[in-house]
Amino acid sequence: MAEKKKYNLQYHEIVLLKKLSEIKKSTVLALDKAIGIDQAAVVRAAMQLGKLGLLKMDEKDKIVVTLTREGKTVIEKGLPERQLIHSVLKDGKTILSKIDIKDKNVALGWAKKEGLVELEKSGNDMLVKVTGKGKDYYKVKSDIELDLGKIAGGKPVDKKMIELLKKRRFITADFRTVRSLSMTPAGERIAKSVKLVREVSKVTPDLLKDEKWKDVRFRKYNVVAPVAPVYPGKKHFVSQSLDYVRRIWLEMGFKEMEGNMISTSFWNFDTLFVPQDHPARDMQDTFFVDVSEGKLSDTKIVGRVKKVHETGDDDSIGWGYDWKESEAKTVVLRTHTTVLSAQTIAKIKESDLPVKYFAIGKCFRNESLDWKHLFEFYQMEGIVVDKNANFKQLLGYLKQFYKKMGYTAVRIRPAYFPYTEMSCEVEVFHPRKKEWVELGGAGIFRPEVVKPLLGIDVPILAWGQGLERILSEYYKITDIRDLYRNDVSKLRTTKLWMW
Amino acid sequence: MPTVNLDKKTVLRYIGKNLTDKVLLEKIPMLGTDLEQITDDEIVVEIFPNRPDMLSEEGFSRAFSAFMGIKPGFRHYDTKKEGSTVAVKDLPKEWPYAVCAIVRGLKLDDDKLKSIIQLQEKLGVTLLRRRKKGGLGLYPLDKIKLPVTFTSYKKEDIRFRPLEGSAVFKADDILIKHPKGKEYGHIIEGWSRYPVFVDAEGTIMSMPPIINSHDVGKVTDATKNVFVECTGTDLNTLKAAMNIMLLTLADMGGKIYSLEMDYGKDKFSCPDFTPRKIKIDKAYAERLLGLKFTDSEVKDLLSRMGLGFENGCALVPSYRTDILHPIDLVEEIAIAYGYDNFESEISDAATVGSESSKTIFLRKVSDLFVGLGYLECKSFHMSNARTLFDKMNRKVSVDLVRTANAVNIEYDAMRNKILPGLMKILSENTHNEYPQNLFEAGTVFLKDKSLETNVSETVSLAFASAGLVSDFSQMKAAVESFALNLDIDIKFEEHDDSSFISGRCARLVLGGKIVGVVGEIHPSVLVNFGLDVPVSACEIELSKVMDAVQKH
Repeated sequence: MAEKKKYNLQYHEIVLLKKLSEIKKSTVLALDKAIGIDQAAVVRAAMQLGKLGLLKMDEKDKIVVTLTREGKTVIEKGLPERQLIHSVLKDGKTILSKIDIKDKNVALGWAKKEGLVELEKSGNDMLVKVTGKGKDYYKVKSDIELDLGKIAGGKPVDKKMIELLKKRRFITADFRTVRSLSMTPAGERIAKSVKLVREVSKVTPDLLKDEKWKDVRFRKYNVVAPVAPVYPGKKHFVSQSLDYVRRIWLEMGFKEMEGNMISTSFWNFDTLFVPQDHPARDMQDTFFVDVSEGKLSDTKIVGRVKKVHETGDDDSIGWGYDWKESEAKTVVLRTHTTVLSAQTIAKIKESDLPVKYFAIGKCFRNESLDWKHLFEFYQMEGIVVDKNANFKQLLGYLKQFYKKMGYTAVRIRPAYFPYTEMSCEVEVFHPRKKEWVELGGAGIFRPEVVKPLLGIDVPILAWGQGLERILSEYYKITDIRDLYRNDVSKLRTTKLWMW
Repeated sequence: MPTVNLDKKTVLRYIGKNLTDKVLLEKIPMLGTDLEQITDDEIVVEIFPNRPDMLSEEGFSRAFSAFMGIKPGFRHYDTKKEGSTVAVKDLPKEWPYAVCAIVRGLKLDDDKLKSIIQLQEKLGVTLLRRRKKGGLGLYPLDKIKLPVTFTSYKKEDIRFRPLEGSAVFKADDILIKHPKGKEYGHIIEGWSRYPVFVDAEGTIMSMPPIINSHDVGKVTDATKNVFVECTGTDLNTLKAAMNIMLLTLADMGGKIYSLEMDYGKDKFSCPDFTPRKIKIDKAYAERLLGLKFTDSEVKDLLSRMGLGFENGCALVPSYRTDILHPIDLVEEIAIAYGYDNFESEISDAATVGSESSKTIFLRKVSDLFVGLGYLECKSFHMSNARTLFDKMNRKVSVDLVRTANAVNIEYDAMRNKILPGLMKILSENTHNEYPQNLFEAGTVFLKDKSLETNVSETVSLAFASAGLVSDFSQMKAAVESFALNLDIDIKFEEHDDSSFISGRCARLVLGGKIVGVVGEIHPSVLVNFGLDVPVSACEIELSKVMDAVQKH
């Protein structure tokens, strides 16, 4: 019992061992018929048993000769040349065209070559004359015929003959490995003691009934063999990372803002104190939408915005120009998510404070698409509306966020945006590339932005940060277009966002 | 934003200290200037539009040497009276203003001349908005006879040889033939009279803002004394541009002489370098920056920005047109303090976060389709009519939202449906293993006159299955699973849609409203997209479904 356990024999191996023990010696070829298992399985079982020392397997290369259809005909009717001579001598058919045997040309060829017949012209036909040699030949069986007989009887013939027979296509000859098997003493012992258990491939409902599964063994699998791939349904890798970004802001107590991608210039620029002749409003950067003039519905806010642009207020001198409503009514694809902040601030009441909002949304910039540039890209927007907010806290929020994105070093340097003051450019230190990477702008909204929208001046910390650069870095993408190429195999196999 | 190439040696000479590249690399960005690169000879910087005064070596050095504490504080520049008047009269209403001054005693060379021309060009592009707001010109004083008049002539009466021009031209020929005329002619196009500077002898000196006269308006390295003018639409901007140019010339060694500007009723002297006095609200600055300052610290910080401080007021140089509000002074203090010196602080403002209902809904739908084995795709919101309509076997809708000026014509319209985008994705993935089950949920756009922007934005969901086994029933099963999981009752009705095979297409009805379409994609559409496997697909207007779910 202990020995059997040690060997842990599979069903086929036991069957083979038992059979071999019975007949003592055999070959793989003979055994597959004897035990009704396909040859490959017999070889596998025999090799495993050999490895375990339960049987001995000798491999020899051997020529295996098989009679062809033509070869079999020769055994039955003699060589074609014999049939030809037979036809002439016995059936008296001397006119060539009258002779009716199979392979007549082959027969004629060989008979002529061996000098068994001669041909004589007779009118339009030929006369076949059997020579003396031919007559002698006819009396006894030739070597070929005799050896084919031997082959049919399973007896060996010499090599030269095999070559000849092959040439005349009476046989085929192949080299084969013959594996002969014999028992070892250990094999004999095991063969006697081991019990044959039925082997099954699957668990079936029937097997589960009445504990039948206890009487079977499950066929062993090759667990390292390759299998056909399966692909998961999956979120786009950009979505996975945006979900994480969203979660960071939620955890930090930010509410999500919503709004449209198409906006009037009023919300995209004017409420943000971008003067109407500012270069950023030029045709070249901004996508203008081919629709008629938009509407400016909140006349109170429109009035305040106009005034702050033209003449400022108690504290500001404004830009000092004639603000045109028609310019504000042009419809654009939003150039930044800051539109959402402006629209949100317009809805906040003083009693709501402090409030924090964030948005993750697409922005548009009218440029051509290449490995470095997208005409639409994600921006992550955030505002903190709090009477106690200050510039140091702005840095605090950004540092907190980027720490969660895996960047521990964050720095700011002065920048210029018409709607923030202080304005800064945010950079993170890339630990692998060892360089600072620009990620976007931040600042405190100017009073000229806040007062017309909110009615009072409260510090509003604000930022709009690009995301594609960080995402490309995580997914090791060098061509930014690959983020939105939707290559199915990439979607299936790109590593998950692991935060 | 304009990039300027500054001569490093000149800048260091003006600064008066031999700063290493390392210090320059570190400190220039902290002044609020994007440093592009430093070479052996040059400092290449991008100047933000709020600081046009830094567009020349002189102006940059003035600001930077103050910032570095080498030459801090407000700088006084002396002016003498020239004792001449410039009459400004009979101007087109589009171009009513001019300011003029004189600078004497310049010792120009090639580099200085280049520097002046660079400043003139960059001011024209930035502060003067590609000359739409104004133009700035310099003339060798010795070639013109004072007093000078700024007026306008009928265009037929204007004839002169434009700068570097081959001959004398009529005004309209200058606009057509001269490079500057071609570039800026559109600004004065259609005016009945063109602005001109004329000297005491009636010589036309220039036709602002297009071009100077070659004969009396060409400054060379031999020029010692210059007449400077700036004309345009907004007086304050012109004064600022003028002052920036004059101070650069003064830093080069010139002496400034003022001229009287005579507008008839209004008269004033130009230039006027009187600084603006703005009260510093220290508490305001402290609150916003989270710092505490003494008065002397405030004074010191302001001096680093080239600002003076007197009796609690900041003295703001006349060229700093970007200072609109006390907040701008707070920023000056912050920059001088050094953005790199600010510690971060964690706010204790307690607020509760929440997701938008749209985000939540979209996430639920995405999770469901991921569970059904679909891959989420993310395409651009911009597409084109060929993909959205032609290839889908549909007629282009009048409600398609197009852009007016797209650079890339492959993306010149906003998608009105998601499904064409999925078909495009399938067409780009024919080399990948089938079946391919894809979905995308996102915003779609349609014209809608009732809305503020005349465009409606709603969310839509499309899903598609491509492969030999894909068929109608697979889609129907997915729709039913969708409906069951949202607890809504979607009905299928026979429907004809040119994108789908007739008889194998249904529309989806929810509470009497059509909310979508499902079916097997028409072979001609498959061919249009270069596909050689069947595709079945569905598009559902999620906004309508969301309304129904929320009412539920």
